[in-house]
Amino acid sequence: MSLPKFNILESSCVPLPVENVDTDQIIPARFLKATSREGFGENLFRDWRYNKDQSPNKEFVLNSPVYRGSILVAGKNFGSGSSREHAAWALFDYGFRAVVSSFFADIFKNNALNNGLLPVQVSEAFLEKILNAVQADPDVQVRVDLPQQQIILLPTNEWESFEISSYKKSCLLNGFDDIDFLLSKKEKIKAYELKSELLYGT
Amino acid sequence: MEAKTLFDKIWDRHVVENIEGGPDILYIDRHYIHEVTSPQAFTGLENRKVPLLHPEKTVATADHNIPTKGQHLPIQEVLSRQQVKTLTENCEKHGVDLYGLNHPYNGIVHVIGTELGLSQPGMTIVCGDSHTSTHGAFGTIAFGIGTSEVEMVFASQCVLQPKPRKMRITIDGELQKGVTSKDIILYVISQISASGATGYFVEFAGEAIRNLSMEARMTICNMSIEMGARGGMIAPDEVTFDYLRNREFSPKGKDWEKAVEQWKQLKTDEEAVFDKELTFSANDIQPMITYGTNPGMGIAVQGKIPALNSVPKQNQASFQKSLQYMNFKPDTSLVGHRVDYVFLGSCTNGRIEDLRAFASLVKGKKKASTVTAWIVPGSQQVAKQAKAEGLDQILEEAGFELREPGCSACLAMNDDKIPEGKYAVSTSNRNFEGRQGPGARTLLASPLTAAAAAIAGKITNPVDFL
Repeated sequence: MSLPKFNILESSCVPLPVENVDTDQIIPARFLKATSREGFGENLFRDWRYNKDQSPNKEFVLNSPVYRGSILVAGKNFGSGSSREHAAWALFDYGFRAVVSSFFADIFKNNALNNGLLPVQVSEAFLEKILNAVQADPDVQVRVDLPQQQIILLPTNEWESFEISSYKKSCLLNGFDDIDFLLSKKEKIKAYELKSELLYGT
Repeated sequence: MEAKTLFDKIWDRHVVENIEGGPDILYIDRHYIHEVTSPQAFTGLENRKVPLLHPEKTVATADHNIPTKGQHLPIQEVLSRQQVKTLTENCEKHGVDLYGLNHPYNGIVHVIGTELGLSQPGMTIVCGDSHTSTHGAFGTIAFGIGTSEVEMVFASQCVLQPKPRKMRITIDGELQKGVTSKDIILYVISQISASGATGYFVEFAGEAIRNLSMEARMTICNMSIEMGARGGMIAPDEVTFDYLRNREFSPKGKDWEKAVEQWKQLKTDEEAVFDKELTFSANDIQPMITYGTNPGMGIAVQGKIPALNSVPKQNQASFQKSLQYMNFKPDTSLVGHRVDYVFLGSCTNGRIEDLRAFASLVKGKKKASTVTAWIVPGSQQVAKQAKAEGLDQILEEAGFELREPGCSACLAMNDDKIPEGKYAVSTSNRNFEGRQGPGARTLLASPLTAAAAAIAGKITNPVDFL
């Protein structure tokens, strides 16, 4: 099994300057009844994206004719609340490959990384800079460079570095998956179990 | 010897390997699963042609999707029925114990794991559900994971986790009358915000915490995720041991004595250092209620929604968006505001003590005719106990009905949905937009505050009823 690879991404952005976007907004609970991983993009941000009569809400950014791209730029504390990995699946299925925010909830961050969706944490100031640039010109290109761990606002070349563990970086660059990695550690896990049983009887 | 926190003691004992420049391989003692976040993990495992490494360490229940009326009948909604059926088939195929619909042990995963004695001090516990933090009340490292991580546990009994930072929150002093553990946690979150503990694992300590029952402690640890924490925990003590003694899966006889000896070592050393320490006074805490669309937006029931100019500038847009959704105004009081629905239940407040508290307040009174109330026990065992104590009678005489167990209106995956625009005082854990149904307006509160709202038909300080 493999993870979708991520290397360098250059794209225009979709701005969502809202704080505390919880995973219930990203994918409401009533759409969690599927038993496969596919098709969640259809209901991404469902209750913000559609009006009560199910017509598209023209005010919401995903329905805007001008904002396009595979980078979502969102307010701080993105992905809080429920641990549903369906949120990461929905964002990826819709076409996003990176989410930029000044702060991510822990579980969402893990889920995103486990699905080839890169969470890029930037400073409040840089987040504001990108949002302003995108709102002034929706075609503004941003480059997310994983090997260099940099995010660059291309028209002005303003950039910031972002953090990612070297293990996760290598997984994304090479398309390696955590489960294959853990399976390769079988002997170590077995040894741990034997030691733990001796020490604690568990 | 190096002074260690309780968290370090348990974490370090469970590290199989520290990956250079990466997370730890953390061994998991107990894995809970439910119907919503497990099917894709079973499929993944099968696609890899890998067996479930330790089926005996995983326990399953159906809770999120199930109806709270007519559980003896087939589930009517097709997709819910399919998901519960898939769980049953997967558990049979892989040899996992399942406490499914109609089983005497069925219930919300975080209610049954604790009441059956499956969650024990010193363990590492995970579940594809953010409220797994509940089990930290027993002195465990318990946290929610995603479905890919569920598959990791199936395949290897391990997860890859970066070690979080450590925070201690101390609540000194004694609680006032009518103030419950739900009020403590809503107060703490209102003080530090819904992201105030992101990146941290939190130990709760202090006199007010020590004086709480196990069920009250569970409510606090349950909602530690609502301030962004990876998990919450409380050192085990005599209260913990008393609770666990003679539970279905607790150690018995000599094993019990040996276990308690080990559990007594599970506490933070005096010299141990936390990355962050916060202290609050129990005396400052009053019955709490939320007014906005994240759990950090809480005030004392008697208090006022903040004025716009008291909110930091960068948060004002989100604050206004929340109030618009709730149709509330800044700088106003909620007391006397109409309440349409009351929900008692969930993994936060669906245990027997919560039902007792609710029943004690409504006893001899009548539910307001304008209020629809859903009283949903957290498990079959809670329901059975409530009936044995006659709580169902007290509730019935006051105009309430005890439903069947499940997650119910906490996340409205079943039919228990709050209609659009209606106000619900809910004992659950999240007031996000649409959480309890599209357009529903949720006000989080304790079982006592919910009971007072149900009787008065409006938001009321529960202390007035005590």
